[in-house]
Amino acid sequence: MLRDAALVAGKDLRIELRSKVATNQVLPFAVLTLIIFAFALDADRGLLSTVAAGLFWVTVLFSGLLAIQRSFALEAGDDARDALRLSGLDGAAVFLGKAAAVTVQLLALEVLLAVGAVVLYDVSLSGAALLIATCLLATAGIAAAGVVYGAVAAGLRVRETLLPLLLLPVLAPVLLAAARASEAALATTTAAGWPWVRLLAVFSAVYLAFGVVAFGPLLEEA
Amino acid sequence: MTTSTRATRILGWATAITMVLTGWMALVISPADAVQRDAVRLLYLHVPTAWIAMYVSFGITTLASALYLWKRTRSRFWDIAAGASAEIGLVFIGLTLLVGSIWGRTTWGVWWTWDARLTSTAVLFVTYLGYLAVRRIPHEPLARSRRAAIVALAAFLNVPLVHYSVEWWRTLHQPASILSQRRLGDPQIHGVMAWTLLLAVVAFTILYAWLLIHRFRLAWVEEQAEEDALAIAIAERHAEADATPEPQVTS
Amino acid sequence: MLGADLRRDRRAVRRRVGLLGHATFLYDDLTVAENLAFAAKAARRAPSEAQTAMERLGLAGRLRDLSVSKLSAGQRRRVALAAVLARQPELWLLDEPHAGLDAAGRDLLDGLIREAVHDHGATVLVASHELERASALAHRRVTVAGGRVNGGVHAASGKEPAHAP
Repeated sequence: MLRDAALVAGKDLRIELRSKVATNQVLPFAVLTLIIFAFALDADRGLLSTVAAGLFWVTVLFSGLLAIQRSFALEAGDDARDALRLSGLDGAAVFLGKAAAVTVQLLALEVLLAVGAVVLYDVSLSGAALLIATCLLATAGIAAAGVVYGAVAAGLRVRETLLPLLLLPVLAPVLLAAARASEAALATTTAAGWPWVRLLAVFSAVYLAFGVVAFGPLLEEA
Repeated sequence: MTTSTRATRILGWATAITMVLTGWMALVISPADAVQRDAVRLLYLHVPTAWIAMYVSFGITTLASALYLWKRTRSRFWDIAAGASAEIGLVFIGLTLLVGSIWGRTTWGVWWTWDARLTSTAVLFVTYLGYLAVRRIPHEPLARSRRAAIVALAAFLNVPLVHYSVEWWRTLHQPASILSQRRLGDPQIHGVMAWTLLLAVVAFTILYAWLLIHRFRLAWVEEQAEEDALAIAIAERHAEADATPEPQVTS
Repeated sequence: MLGADLRRDRRAVRRRVGLLGHATFLYDDLTVAENLAFAAKAARRAPSEAQTAMERLGLAGRLRDLSVSKLSAGQRRRVALAAVLARQPELWLLDEPHAGLDAAGRDLLDGLIREAVHDHGATVLVASHELERASALAHRRVTVAGGRVNGGVHAASGKEPAHAP
C-alpha cells in the first residue's frame, strides 16, 4: 500500500514539475499576499514584524487551498474521483500519496515565504528546531485535512467556493497553534511554543487517520 | 398534506406550555442577579440553546451520519435525520451567539469578545454552515448524502481540537458551574434560578424534539416527491420508446 | 468476479478490469511513456508491460516521450488503448473502440482483441455501432433496443433484428 502511495505522490509531483503550476501561480500568489498585508496594515516596521508569524500562516493557509484544489484538478477526467477510482488503487494509498505531494509542495513554499517574511517584514529567525517542527507538523495537518475535504469538493461545480468554506474552520486550530508556536520561536521563548507543537501533532495524527479510513468511501459513487 | 400527527400535536402543546412556564419563571418569578441585574434572564435563553445545539443536535447529526455510512444500518432515514438535526442545531447556535452577544453588550459593554467559549461557538457555527452547504449542492442526492455524512464526522473530530486550541489561547471567559457550564456571574447558581434554568432546558429540549420531527417529515416528503417525479419521467421515456417504430436494418 | 469478491475487494476487481470509454483518463502533462508506466504499476503489472503495449500500438518511436497534450485525438485513443493493454486486464470493457481510429488502427484493435481472448483468456465486452465488424469478432452478440436487451445471439447465425442507437 505504501508503494501505491509513493506511486501517486510521485505522479503528482512529476506533473507539478512539468506543469509548474505551484511555482508559476501559487508561489507568486503567496508572495503577493504578504505584500498586500503590508498595504492593508501599517507598514511601519514595528507592527509587521510583530504580526509576521500570523500573516505567514494565513498566507500558507490560502496557498494551501490553491494547492489542494490543484491536486484534484490535475486528475484526468471531469470528476477526479472517477479517474482515481477506476485505477483500482486503494483509497488510503491515494490519500497518503496526495497528502504527501501537497505537503512537499507547501513545505517548499514555506521556505521561500520565510525568506520573504524576513525580507519584507524585518523578521529575524530564531528557534530553528521549534520553527522546523512547527512547519512540518502544521503542513502535514493542512495537507491531511485538506485532501479529505478536497475529495468532498472534487468534481463539483461549486468546488472553488465550497472548499474554503469547509476547510478554513477546520484548520482554525492549526492556524492558532502554528502562529503561536512560531511567535514563541521568534521571540526566543521557545518553551511556550512546544505545547502548541504537540497540538499540531495531534491534529495531524487525527486527520491522517481519518483520511486513511474515509478516503475510500469518498471516492466511491453514491 | 401536513406533517402533524397526534404525537407532534401533544409535543407541540408540551412545548408551548413549558415555554410559557419558563418565560413566566424567567421574567417574573426568579430574582434579578445582584451583579448582572435583569441581564441574567437572557441566560435562561442562552444556556439551553447552547447545550442542546452542541450536545443533542450535533450529537445526533454525528451519530446519524455514522449510521448512514455503516453498511449494516444504511438507510435514507439516517441521512435525513442528520440533516434535519443539523439545521435545527444551526438555528439554536445562531440564537446562542445572538443572545450571548446581547448579554455581553449589557454586562461587559461590548457586542463581541474573542474569549474561548464565544470563539469556539462561532467556529462551530461556520463548521455546520459548511455541512449544510454540502447537503445543498446541485448534485445527485445519494452522492451528496455520502459526502455530507463524511463531512459531519470530520466536523465532529474537529470540535474538541477547536475547543482545546481556543481554550488555551484565551482564558477570559468565565469558568463554569452546573455540569461545567457557564457561570452566571455568581459563584454558584442556587435556588429559584437553578430551577428556572432546569425548566428552560426541559422546555428547549421538547421544542427541539418537536422541530426535529416536523423537519424530518418535511424532508422525507420532499424526497418522496422527487422520487415520484423521477419515476414519472422514466415512465414517459419508456412510453416514447415503445411508441416510435424501430428502424429496420438488413445485413 | 474475476477471482475476487466484488463486495469485499472492489479494488482487486478494478485492477483486473480495463476500460476504454469516451473520456481517455490520461494525464495531459505527462508523456506517453509515463502515463503507461503509471497505468501498469497501478494495476500491479510489471513496467515492461507498458513498453510492450507501446510497441504494439506504434507508440514506442517519436511519440514515446511526447507530452500527451500534444497528441491528436486519434493518437490519444491509441494511448488510452495501450493503457488498457498495459494493465493486462482479465476483463476488457470497450465503448465504441473503433471510433476515432483509422483503418490500420481498427485492424490492429481487432488483432489485439483476438489475442486477448485466445491467448490470454480474457473476456472482452465491446459496445459498438459497427454491427458487421463487431459481429465478425464476437462469440456472442447482444443487441440493445429502446433500452431493452434483445437476448444473446451467436455471431454465426443469421440476420439481426433492428438496433436503435
